[in-house]
Amino acid sequence: MSRTKGDEEEYWNSSKFKAFTFDDEDDELSQLKESKRAVNSLRDFVDDDDDDDLERVSWSGEPVGSISWSIKETAGNSGSNLEGREQLKSRNSFSSYTQLPKPASTYSLSSFFRGRTRLGSFQSLSDALSDTPAKSYAPELGRPKGEYKDYSNDWSISDTVRRLRKGKVCSLERFRSLQDKLQLLEEAVSVHDGNVITAVLIFLKRTLSKEILFRELELRQVALRHLIHFLKEIGDQKLLVDLFRFLDRTEELALSHYREHLNIQDPEKRKEFLKTCIGLPFSAEDSAHVQDHYTLLERQIIIEANDRHLELAGQTEIFRKHPRKASILNMPLVTTLFYSCFYHYTEAEGTFSSPVNLKKTFKIPDKQYVLTALAARAKLRAWHDVDALFTTKNWLGYTKKRAPIGFHRVVEILHKNSAPVQILQEYVNLVEDVDTKLNLATKFKCHDVVIDTCRDLKDRQQLLAYRSKVDKGSAEEEKIDAFLSSSQIRWKN
Amino acid sequence: MAAHLSYGRVNLNVLREAVRRELREFLDKCAGSKAIVWDEYLTGPFGLIAQYSLLKEHEVEKMFTLKGSRLPAADVKNIIFFVRPRLELMDIIAENVLSEDRRGPARDFHLLFVPRRSLLCEQRLKDLGVLGSFIHREEYSLDLIPFDGDLLSMESEGAFKQVANMMIRMKREFTGSQNSIFPIFDNLLLLDRNVDLLTPLATQLTYEGLIDEIYGIQNSYVKLPPEKFAPKKQGDGGKDLPTEAKKLQLNSAEELYAEIRDKNFNAVGSVLSKKAKVISAAFEERHNAKTVGEIKQFVSQLPHMQAARGSLANHTSIAELIKDVTTSEDFFDKLTVEQEFMSGIDTDKVNSYIEDCIARKHPLIKVLRLICLQSVCNSGLKQKVLDYYKREILQTYGYEHILTLHNLEKAGLLKPQTGGRNNYPTIRKTLRLWMDDVNEQNPTDISYVYSGHAPLSVRLAQLLSRPGWRSIEEVLRMLPGPHFEERQPLPTGLQKKRQPGENRVTLIFFLGGVTFAEIAALRFLSQLEDGGTEYVIATTKLMNGASWLESLMEKPF
Repeated sequence: MSRTKGDEEEYWNSSKFKAFTFDDEDDELSQLKESKRAVNSLRDFVDDDDDDDLERVSWSGEPVGSISWSIKETAGNSGSNLEGREQLKSRNSFSSYTQLPKPASTYSLSSFFRGRTRLGSFQSLSDALSDTPAKSYAPELGRPKGEYKDYSNDWSISDTVRRLRKGKVCSLERFRSLQDKLQLLEEAVSVHDGNVITAVLIFLKRTLSKEILFRELELRQVALRHLIHFLKEIGDQKLLVDLFRFLDRTEELALSHYREHLNIQDPEKRKEFLKTCIGLPFSAEDSAHVQDHYTLLERQIIIEANDRHLELAGQTEIFRKHPRKASILNMPLVTTLFYSCFYHYTEAEGTFSSPVNLKKTFKIPDKQYVLTALAARAKLRAWHDVDALFTTKNWLGYTKKRAPIGFHRVVEILHKNSAPVQILQEYVNLVEDVDTKLNLATKFKCHDVVIDTCRDLKDRQQLLAYRSKVDKGSAEEEKIDAFLSSSQIRWKN
Repeated sequence: MAAHLSYGRVNLNVLREAVRRELREFLDKCAGSKAIVWDEYLTGPFGLIAQYSLLKEHEVEKMFTLKGSRLPAADVKNIIFFVRPRLELMDIIAENVLSEDRRGPARDFHLLFVPRRSLLCEQRLKDLGVLGSFIHREEYSLDLIPFDGDLLSMESEGAFKQVANMMIRMKREFTGSQNSIFPIFDNLLLLDRNVDLLTPLATQLTYEGLIDEIYGIQNSYVKLPPEKFAPKKQGDGGKDLPTEAKKLQLNSAEELYAEIRDKNFNAVGSVLSKKAKVISAAFEERHNAKTVGEIKQFVSQLPHMQAARGSLANHTSIAELIKDVTTSEDFFDKLTVEQEFMSGIDTDKVNSYIEDCIARKHPLIKVLRLICLQSVCNSGLKQKVLDYYKREILQTYGYEHILTLHNLEKAGLLKPQTGGRNNYPTIRKTLRLWMDDVNEQNPTDISYVYSGHAPLSVRLAQLLSRPGWRSIEEVLRMLPGPHFEERQPLPTGLQKKRQPGENRVTLIFFLGGVTFAEIAALRFLSQLEDGGTEYVIATTKLMNGASWLESLMEKPF
C-alpha cells in the first residue's frame, strides 16, 4: 500500500514480467536522447542507405499476392475451438503471460465482448446490463485487501490514468465512490487520450446504473462522444438508443435505428424492419421519405415475385425479348419507375407495377416522370409511345406538342437511343430557342432543319458553309442550291 | 534514399530516417526469419518510408495481406501482424492465430499497432483467447509521413470525423518535445478544416490537383489508364496493349514534375513544349561531338538526358489524358456552375445544371459536391431549395442516403440557412476570395490555383504573416470556431539570429485534410521574393472533394 514509486517500477521492470510490460523505454529520458540525436544529425546528415536503385520498385504489389497467397484461399474453416486455445496457452507459457496470476479486475472489458459479434448486439445487451447490478458504489467488503495489493496498489487517480496511458495494467475496481469514478473520468478526459477515456467509460458502464451514467455523461460532452462512438463500434444498438432517448436526441435515435436496415439482406426482413422505422421521430420530411422507402420495397417485392414468375414461364414477349438484367429489389425509386415503364407500360392504373400507379403513390413530379418514361420507351424504340408522351389535346380538340423537360432534352435522349433521323428531326424542330435548335440540328445531322432554319434566319453565309457538309449530289444539296438561287429570299448577308 | 525530402528548408528526411530506424529496431527484436501479415490499408503509407528490400535485409521472407481463416503456409519463425487498431481486424487476427496453432510447428507471433495501441483492441484479443500468444505487442507511431520536402501527412482516413482527437494528440506531442530543442519553425498555424469548408469542394485546377481529381493520388502514387503509355515500337501493330494500369510515383524528386506540379493546368502545356525543344536540342548535340573528349562528355550526360526524356514523355501523356477531360463539355459546364457559386451568382435557387446531373444519374458524389458548394457559398440553402434537392437525390439514388445527407448536415457542409442571412459575400469581399482577373501563366495571387477562387485557408495564413490578423478581426468572428494565438517564449540561448533576407519558417497544420491546390498556393507564397515566410505543410490527410464526401457517405457496416 505504501509502496514507493521506485518499487513499482522495479516490479514492472523485473525480468520475470518483462513480456508483460510494453513501453518502458519510452520514458522521457530516452525520448530526449532521440530528439537530440535527430537534431545533431540535422546538418551533416548523409543518407548512406544504398537502396537507391530499388526506389522504383513498386512496393505493394509483388510479395503480397504471391503463390503462397493463393494457397490460403483453399484453407478454410478455422473458428476458435477449445483445444486450440489450450494448446496455445501451454505453448506460450514461456512468455509468462499466463503465469501471471490474474488480478481481481484489470478494468476488465471482457463481459462486454465475450463471444459477441457486431451484428448480434441485440440479444447480448441484456447480459451486459444484468451484470451491472446496483452494487456500483458500495464498497466491496469481504475481500481482504492483501489479496490484490501486489497488482493494484492505491495509486492516486492521476497515477492510475498515467499508467493506463502507458498501456500498463491497472485496476480501476478500487474506485468505488461515484465521486472517485467521476474524477477518474475527468482525469482521463484531461489527458486527451481516447484509449484511456474508453477504458474508464467501460468501467463506469459496468459499475454504474444506466441512469446515473447517462446523467453524468450529459454534463461531460467529450466523454459522452467517446461513449457514443464506443457503442457504435461494438454495435450496442440498444444501449445507444436508450442513451439517445435519455438525451432527448430523438432524431439521432431514429436515424441510428434506421441505419440498421443496411445490414439486413433478406428483402422480407428488411421490409419488416423498415416498417418499425415508420413511427420514429424523424423530421417531417424524413418521415415521409422513410414511409416511401418502406412502400417502395413492399412494391418491389410484389413486382419481383410476379415478374420472375413471368420470365420463367417464358410466355410474355417483353421478357423473352429483353430478359431482365438484375432484380429490381432495393433499387432507387427512379430506377423502379424506369423498370415499370419498360416492362409494364400499358398496365392499368390499378396494378402495383403500372407506371401511373407509381407516379401517383410517390408523387413523382411530371418532369421526372416524362424523362424516365421517355428514356424507357426510346430504349424499346416505341416511337408511338414517345409521340403520345408529348401530345396534349386542348379543349377544342386541337393537338399540341408540349414537353415539361424542354425539347432539347428530348432530342438528346432520343439520339442517345439512336432514334432515326425522321423522328429526331421532328423534335429538333420543336426546340424553341433558334440557336439551340441550329446547334442540335447540326450536331445530329438533321439537314432539313438546318437548311430551313438558315433560310428563316436569312443567313446566306451559314447556308453556304453548310453546303460543304452535305453529300455531293444529294437531295439536301439540291435544296440548298434552290434556296441560294431563289430571288424570293432577302438575305441579310 | 529519398533525396526529394531534403531539398526543403527543413530537412524532413530526418523524420523518414527516424521511422525507418524504429522499424528496423522492431524487426530485429523478433529474431529469426519472419513473415509479415499486412492490414492492406497500411501497405501504401509504409511504401513511402521503406522498400521491400529493407524488410528483406531484416529477414522478412514472406508477406501476406490480412484475411480471414488460415494464413498461407510459410516456413518462418516469426509471424508479425502490422495493423491499424480496429476491432474487426482483431477478430481476423485471432482467427489466423488459432488456425495457425493447429498446424504444426510453433511460431512466435508479434503484433504491431500503427499508429497507436488500443486497449480496446487488446481486450478483444484477450476475449478471443489469443492475447497471450503475442510475444511483442507494440505501437509504431507512423504519425506524420514525409511526402515531400515541405509536406507531411498522417494519411488517416476518416480524419475529418476525428479532428478534435488529432488536435489533442498533436498538442501532446508538440508540448513534450519542442521546448528543449533548437527551434526549426518560427510559427505554428493550426487550421481546422471547418474554417474553410468551401475550398475542397471546388475542382482543383493545378496540374497535380487535376491528376488527383481525375485519377486520385494515393500515397504519392497514381494509377493511369495504360493506353497512352504503350511503348511505341515499330512493326508492333499495337497488338499487345498493356492492360494493367500504369503506376507512377509523383514527387519533387522528379525535376520536371517539381516544376509543373503547382502550375495552373493551362500553363503546363507551354512548359512541356519548351522542355521538349531543350531535350531534342540536347540530343542533337551528338552530331557536334567530334573529339573523343566531346563524345565522352556527351555519353556521360546520356543517362540524365534519357531520364529527362522519359519524364517528359510521361507528363505529356498525363497532360493529354487530363486535357481530354478538361476540354469536355460537361467539365466546362460544371466549372461554370462552381465559379458562379463562388463569385456569388444565383446561389439561392435550384440550379438547373445540378438538376440535370441528377436526372442523368451522374455520380452522387459529384452532385453532392456541387450542392454542398452552393450551400457553403450561400451560408446554407433556403429550406425549399434544400428540400427539393433532398427529394430528388433520395428518389434517384435511393432513400438510404437520408443517412448520408444527415452526415453532411452534421459536418456543416449542407444546411438550411438560419436567420435568412448570407454572410459569405462579406467574407468573400473582405478576404478577397474571388479574383476576377487571374493570371494563370504567371500568377500574382494564390487565386490562380482555382482560376479565380483564393482558398480561405491559405489567405488566412498569408494575412497572418502580413499584416497580422488584427486587421481582419471582424471577419474572423464570422468564421466558425474560436481562433487564438499563442506565443511560446524561447530560452535566450536557443534564439537564433536571423540572417538578413532569411525567411521565417511556418509550420501550417491542416486538421481534417488539405488539397493539392492549397499546397500549391502555399508553395507559391513561399517562393514570393518579398513574402518573408516559407511554409512547411502538415496534415491529417491529403484529400479532395470526392474523397472527403466519400468518407462521409453511409455504407453498410
